[in-house]
Amino acid sequence: MIRNIYAFIAGGFFGAGLFVSGMTDTAKVQGWLDVFGTWDPTLAFVMGGAMIPMFIAWRLRERRSTPVLGGTFPPAPPQKIDHKLVVGSLMFGAGWGLAGLCPGPSVASLSYGGVGHWVFFAAMITGMAIAPFVIGRYTRLTTAAA
Amino acid sequence: MQMEWIWGLIGGLLIGTGGAVYLLANGRIMGASGIIGGLVDGTAWNAWAERVTFLAGVFLLPVALYPLYPNGVDTHVTDNWAVLIAAGLLVGVGTRMANGCTSGHGVCGIPRLSMRGLVATMTYIVAGGIGVVIFRHWLGVI
Repeated sequence: MIRNIYAFIAGGFFGAGLFVSGMTDTAKVQGWLDVFGTWDPTLAFVMGGAMIPMFIAWRLRERRSTPVLGGTFPPAPPQKIDHKLVVGSLMFGAGWGLAGLCPGPSVASLSYGGVGHWVFFAAMITGMAIAPFVIGRYTRLTTAAA
Repeated sequence: MQMEWIWGLIGGLLIGTGGAVYLLANGRIMGASGIIGGLVDGTAWNAWAERVTFLAGVFLLPVALYPLYPNGVDTHVTDNWAVLIAAGLLVGVGTRMANGCTSGHGVCGIPRLSMRGLVATMTYIVAGGIGVVIFRHWLGVI
């Protein structure tokens, strides 16, 4: 139960931050990506601001052997830069630029963004559902080519 | 508006605080695509309650804060469903293939000094920038 309360608090901070920063406004996101238009710097402040507590958190993590609520910390990240990381990020970035939405803000904006946000969310969920098959097919193709 | 970058910074600090709580208390990385995707494809059903309550927080805090904005909040989302569906599919498949999105690779990964986080973030920003240039300035669909 206590884990769920903390998860709700963490999600609440995330949702509140996305809301007050304007990151659910697709025009702000696309305005930041659009270096040839009227450039909107907001996203850089959001990303930079978010990295400050996270940087401290990773330093604090090094001083602890287990999380406060028990269990284990996530394992060290793999160092390998594989093509799935790059191809996946290219696809994600293209979709992010196209709609101005990424997974976090798509959830935060569902209550007030209107039907368009639900259409995007439903498509994103569908994409995540078919992802294992797409990734499997992609892996077979690239392994055969190698 | 001049105040917008300040709200961006405040919002960013809140987002990072959420990530810090999720890491230090729950021992998990705050990656939106991983949290949602694990529920969708069933790879994380063992920890489903934690994920659902996290997402409930993400969904409900804007509901609580919305009344503080008397003029409402315009998200300027396109009404072109074809664009929204294509974008959603790309985001869904892409984040699962890359194992992370803006929150996991960017907000959590870069301060961890993760090379994968940095490479992913640079890649999706460049792809997003090129996407906006192509779809807005060249094709004019957004």
